Amino acid sequence: MNLLLLILLPLLTIVTILLMRNAAQVKWAALLGSTGQFILALVLLFGFRQERSAGNEAQILFELQYNWFPAWHISFHIGVNGISVAMILLTAFVVIAGVLVSWNITKMTKEFYCLLIMLSLGAYGFFISLDLFILFFFLEIAVIPKYLLIGIWGSGKKEYAANKLALMLMGGSALVLVGLLGVYFGSSEKTFDLVTLSQTHIPIEIQKICFPLLFVGFGVFTALFPFHTWVPDGHSSAPTAGSMFLAGISMKLGGYGCLRVATYIMPDGAKEYASIIIVLSSIAILYGAFATMMQKDLKYINAYSSVSHCGFVLLGIGMLTKTAMTGAVMQMVSHGLMTALFFAVIGMIYERTHTRQVNEMGGLLKVMPFITTVLFIVGLCSLGLPGLSGFVAEMTIFMGSWQNPGTFHRIATIAACMSIVVTAVYILRAIGQTAMGPLKEGYENLTDATWNEKLAAIVLIAGIIAIGLAPFWLNDLVSPATEIIMQKLGAVHP
Amino acid sequence: MKSEWVIAFIIFLLLFIKVGTEMKNDQLLSLVQILLLVNFIAGFFFNETGSLFGGLFTTNTLMVFQKSVLNLGVYLISLLFSGWLKKSEHMPEFFILMLSALLGMFFMISSGNLLMFFLSLELSTIPVAAMANFDLEKKVSSEAAMKMILSSAFSSGILLFGISLIYGTTGTISFAEIPALLNGSPLQILAFVFLFTAFAFKLSIVPFHLWTADVYEGAPIAVTAFLSVISKGSIAFILITALYKVFAPMQEAWYNMVMLLSIITMIVGNLFALRQQNIKRFLAFSSIAQVGFILVGLSSNSIQGVSSVVYFILIYVFSNLAAFAVAGVIAQQTGKENIGDYKGLYQTNPFISWILALALFSLAGIPPTAGFFGKLFLITAGASKGNYFFITVAALNLVISLYYYLRVIRAVFMDKNEHPVEKILLDPPVKLGMIICAAAILLVGLLSWIYDYITSLIM
Repeated sequence: MNLLLLILLPLLTIVTILLMRNAAQVKWAALLGSTGQFILALVLLFGFRQERSAGNEAQILFELQYNWFPAWHISFHIGVNGISVAMILLTAFVVIAGVLVSWNITKMTKEFYCLLIMLSLGAYGFFISLDLFILFFFLEIAVIPKYLLIGIWGSGKKEYAANKLALMLMGGSALVLVGLLGVYFGSSEKTFDLVTLSQTHIPIEIQKICFPLLFVGFGVFTALFPFHTWVPDGHSSAPTAGSMFLAGISMKLGGYGCLRVATYIMPDGAKEYASIIIVLSSIAILYGAFATMMQKDLKYINAYSSVSHCGFVLLGIGMLTKTAMTGAVMQMVSHGLMTALFFAVIGMIYERTHTRQVNEMGGLLKVMPFITTVLFIVGLCSLGLPGLSGFVAEMTIFMGSWQNPGTFHRIATIAACMSIVVTAVYILRAIGQTAMGPLKEGYENLTDATWNEKLAAIVLIAGIIAIGLAPFWLNDLVSPATEIIMQKLGAVHP
Repeated sequence: MKSEWVIAFIIFLLLFIKVGTEMKNDQLLSLVQILLLVNFIAGFFFNETGSLFGGLFTTNTLMVFQKSVLNLGVYLISLLFSGWLKKSEHMPEFFILMLSALLGMFFMISSGNLLMFFLSLELSTIPVAAMANFDLEKKVSSEAAMKMILSSAFSSGILLFGISLIYGTTGTISFAEIPALLNGSPLQILAFVFLFTAFAFKLSIVPFHLWTADVYEGAPIAVTAFLSVISKGSIAFILITALYKVFAPMQEAWYNMVMLLSIITMIVGNLFALRQQNIKRFLAFSSIAQVGFILVGLSSNSIQGVSSVVYFILIYVFSNLAAFAVAGVIAQQTGKENIGDYKGLYQTNPFISWILALALFSLAGIPPTAGFFGKLFLITAGASKGNYFFITVAALNLVISLYYYLRVIRAVFMDKNEHPVEKILLDPPVKLGMIICAAAILLVGLLSWIYDYITSLIM
């Protein structure tokens, strides 16, 4: 499969949307485009599995390379491994659901969909790039659409939240930039190429400087404590699709960068700083969980719980075992689907009740059975019910963490495990108050989900259940790729 | 010499038209636009390289390209500000002055000798001061002109002092002979500092930037655009020659100086831009910060340094001119120059809002606009010395600058306003100019052969 399609299709969709005359055409064009992405992602998945089962053991498949700025040794080098395929699949799921739930947007429809598709373009580009320059290029492409999405279509303190998000993310990418330049000039090859860099030895002094820069830089995107403060504000002010994209795709850019770029090319640095990563991510997990307990706004609940859940991703990376890293990637996919669905449901409820305060709602199960059922499913997934994706991912991370001997790792694992209890408390309480009990006054005439909302929810639930019931396919996809990272880690200090 | 001859020919043609005919402003403007376009295109053909007048005037392929960049900028100015130019009674004089300044810049870029450099620098400065005074009824305009002429006279004085010290210590003023005779003695370093000060004045490098904001605010917007883009571009071009060729042996000495000035310039420019209300002052401080970034690239002292600076200035021409053009049409039709007045602009004027957004994103260095590539290559070139502190400061300054560019974006796209700027009708040439700028902002970065072409010119 030609990976350029993944960039060209969103581009084509944007152009088509710009040419459309009215809002209805725009929506259909966007839906068509995102369906196309979805199909492409599935084709990619099956193509990838076919190649693998045909015995193609190459580290990277579907590789393409074009010269771009030869003066700097920059080439447009793209290709996928198992991790990227998983992330691309996640992106496609979230994009189609995001387009569907935004069906009722009336304010500047054309611009809205253009920005959504542009965000997805940035994400695809990021996940397929094998040259750190174009990786950085796509990372930054995804920032400004978020700013505009929140600032124009958001609610509440939207300007403040949009500014905070844009500046913190740009700050993160500034650190990434410095780290990348350090790697570029520090390695003997003078190249941005990820494959070449992974085969060359980067001096340990350079790694000690550049690894934290890259890790923290990417970490800002994935809510690394203490740089998580943009998450609650950004998520809660964004429009529904904006929150879905932010939590579902954008935060995963950071996790992917931490694993695939920072840890992969600088294993010495990763070993050096692993304990700090573990401490910070454990704090994020616990702090996020306890902070969620205090929230009354549904969007804030999910935003803070995202901090907690993304902490698991970083914890998995910091544990430096194969199982934990595979778990981290699974957690990224699982959390992406789950949180996107959660935000979608919150958006559906808000559109009807016009409130997101938990204590102002009650008994919604009676008037909107479909929506509340989805809320139950997603809540149970969040607290890690077996059979749904959250359990699989978190379990894998805990298994991997426990493989590390030593008190330090054990304590961190136990601390992280405790957050599950807290998660259960806040999730059950929130869902209980919203869905159960007597129906509050004024909510009698609310309607259940429309076709587009149902479709969006079903797509995401399908993903969650597919991972929950049959985790092996995701595991088979990801673990060869994490194995390679582990080999690099193992090669340094036997 | 060909590009200089063409410019001189246009100047004389305009002079004859002004004196001898009764041509209407509209027709004359179209004629000038066509002439400038021809001038720009002609810049790519029949170029000769070599030196004339015993080394006073030299030219090579890179210089030819630099002149083309300036030609392009002047052509765009004639398009983008045609609304204002048409209403001006003294339009021919405006172009005569502007082209005289351009001629001065051409000689300056090609100068092979400190004397020639000084003369052409003066030729490129004095007409601009007259241009700054072009709003004849406005006091601020005369004030701007006065400030500009005084500060440039002062910097010329320092420059001459520096030249005399160079001559005193080396016994020559030829660019080709100076490097061999430099030995890094304190007197020579002092001479270099004086020379650099003159450059710093023209480029408005902090702490020599104090005239910038006032002059930019007072002068008519077309002149401000010329000052901030063409004028700065030309000085940056000659600064490359000065640092990389003439003072190459003193590289150790000037690296620290350039680095320090770059850091201060970026920080001060950015911090002052944060709170500006007037769009012209805002762009003035943002352009100060941009110069700080140019210095990051210059500090590398490599081929990549040259190519990234030239490339950045090419991009800067498009981005900054587009931003000034939007400010210009709004000021021209409504008299509003404050960022607060731009609130709700998107509701009434989507086209120019997008142009402004593209220009500002390019200035801020957001992909996929060309500014991203420009800034990134400058920083990459600067990083080749392995000075991570410097690079981190530069990268963090990118974030600060994003904050204030987003302020304008926020006013245009997000803030509500009861009385937004009414619908603005754009003249066809203005629209054409804006579309050229927008297309260039989107494409110059992605089309990598442009950068390769610039690199190939240096070899």
